[in-house]
Amino acid sequence: MELLFERSREGRGQTILPQCDVPEYEFDSALLREKAPRLPEISEIDLGRHYTELAGETHGVNNGFYPLGSCTMKYNPRINEELSALNGFTGLHPLQPQCTAQGALQVIYETQKMICEITGMDDMTMQPAAGAHGEYTGLLLIRNYHKERGELQKRTKIIVPDSAHGTNPASAVMAGFKVVSVPSNEFGGVDLEALKAAVGDDTAGLMLTNPNTLGLFDPNILEITKIIHDAGGLCYYDGANLNAVMGHARPGDMGFDCVHVNLHKTFSTPHGGGGPGAGPVGCKAFLKDYLPSPQVKKDENGYSLFVPEKTMGKVRDFYGNFLVVVRAYAYILTLGKEGIPEASANAVLNANYMMNKLKGSYTIAYDTQCMHEFVMDIGPLKSETGISAMDVAKRLLDCGIHPPTMYFPLIVHEALMIEPTETESKETLDKACEFFLNIYKEAKENPEVLHSAPNNCTIGRPDDVLAARNPVLKYSFE
Amino acid sequence: MANIDELLKYSKTHEWVKDEDGVITIGLSDFAQEELGDIVFINLPMEGDEVVAGEAFADVESVKAVSDVYSPVTGVVEAINEELMDNPALVNEAPYDAWFVKVSEVTDTEDLLDADAYAEFCESEKE
Repeated sequence: MELLFERSREGRGQTILPQCDVPEYEFDSALLREKAPRLPEISEIDLGRHYTELAGETHGVNNGFYPLGSCTMKYNPRINEELSALNGFTGLHPLQPQCTAQGALQVIYETQKMICEITGMDDMTMQPAAGAHGEYTGLLLIRNYHKERGELQKRTKIIVPDSAHGTNPASAVMAGFKVVSVPSNEFGGVDLEALKAAVGDDTAGLMLTNPNTLGLFDPNILEITKIIHDAGGLCYYDGANLNAVMGHARPGDMGFDCVHVNLHKTFSTPHGGGGPGAGPVGCKAFLKDYLPSPQVKKDENGYSLFVPEKTMGKVRDFYGNFLVVVRAYAYILTLGKEGIPEASANAVLNANYMMNKLKGSYTIAYDTQCMHEFVMDIGPLKSETGISAMDVAKRLLDCGIHPPTMYFPLIVHEALMIEPTETESKETLDKACEFFLNIYKEAKENPEVLHSAPNNCTIGRPDDVLAARNPVLKYSFE
Repeated sequence: MANIDELLKYSKTHEWVKDEDGVITIGLSDFAQEELGDIVFINLPMEGDEVVAGEAFADVESVKAVSDVYSPVTGVVEAINEELMDNPALVNEAPYDAWFVKVSEVTDTEDLLDADAYAEFCESEKE
């Protein structure tokens, strides 16, 4: 398709600026650019068509199945959008008097309370803009805790299992810690002996996802958090997979001291196009004084902002991505205390249904009951037919399915990580399984079609090596 | 089957090692480059940096993932192969020519495998 620059014709276009109604100002000529910027000149209808065409070439949950493991691409009910678009929310100024923004403060306050209830935490900040930002904020809580106790000098290490999200070690390093990786055991959980060997006086904390990136709930979780606490460390729960357990099990009850949740995953706000997301961080009461500023409180005069006693300061401007919080608030209230656990139960049911339909053919990396997602190992198929996880994923594009997460977790070399979510019907899952099984058959009978896939999409298979080695990042006018 | 240079020694993290009068040259084995896939970026240390046996001294990025490269010896980086930074594909094309660093002032060396033992080790890794 043509780019905007290619559709551009000199002199065409629109006047969008109103007449100047203030005195004109002459800039110092040294500050002026020599040539006019090369902006596309295009009519409104052509501009509209360009973006409509672009939208037609994307794939979202509105188009079809999107089982992207670890990303929880569930359907986002439209009522969330409607409520977050209310004038009373969108027309707010972040610095207007608090007494005129009581409704917004109430939304922040009540969403915090509800997610604290779901996670078993005592307090929460809404500032972090996404999951990794939440991880970093949580680690700063841990850092401030050790600092105040005079132990930061010696407690320099954060323990991370080898199945962790890549952001975990990255956040730990950002927060000034060293990372110690512990291996998984044969069941895909944390190897307790290796964990015991890894902890000590230098342990600042543990970062753990439960269920983990294999979609498995670690049955030793209480012992794991106890080992860390006994060594003097704190436990951080990466809430990326909270969609598997919300309403059933709480990180706070598993022994975690702080947690982030991804509102854009678990609490159903649109994501996948780059956000905005939100990664609120909850903590137990003994950490709440370190939370970012400001926090919302409620007393007889209504809602107001305050600065926590030993705050770490701000991690983002104002109150975070507020309209994402509004969407999550609407979602939680819509589902209620019956609907929240039902959603996670269905997410787990759907994943197990798909896993069991596929496991006669495909190899399941850890063949046991899974939670909200499962990991297939394409390794055996690759040894037999040469068809890799990448080939299977590319062929799924031909079927109108967004491919699962590939090559993650790293401990399964040819991984495909499938998370159907609770919002897909049995018919959708059946159809998807049929496609998966067909591809398996093709791998054995007609592998060429998989090597060249996708064959029915707007573009074929891009040369990702060339793209990575010689990226073209800018439109060239020549 | 990955190609294994008979004249080199190997670490269990798939680096090859050549010892020339105390100057240690380190690179990635053919098995490693095959497992990684097409390499698109390589991050090397600076000349004069200290490397420690068993710790990462460089990283390689393929279209699949970023992986650490571990030093089999403790010592000081005497030279780096700057050509690799411009053309990381050399590691895929000729892994035993595409050296990463040369290390001198070596004070410690890991137990290394000879070609036969390494071939056996690669087989066991595949299972």
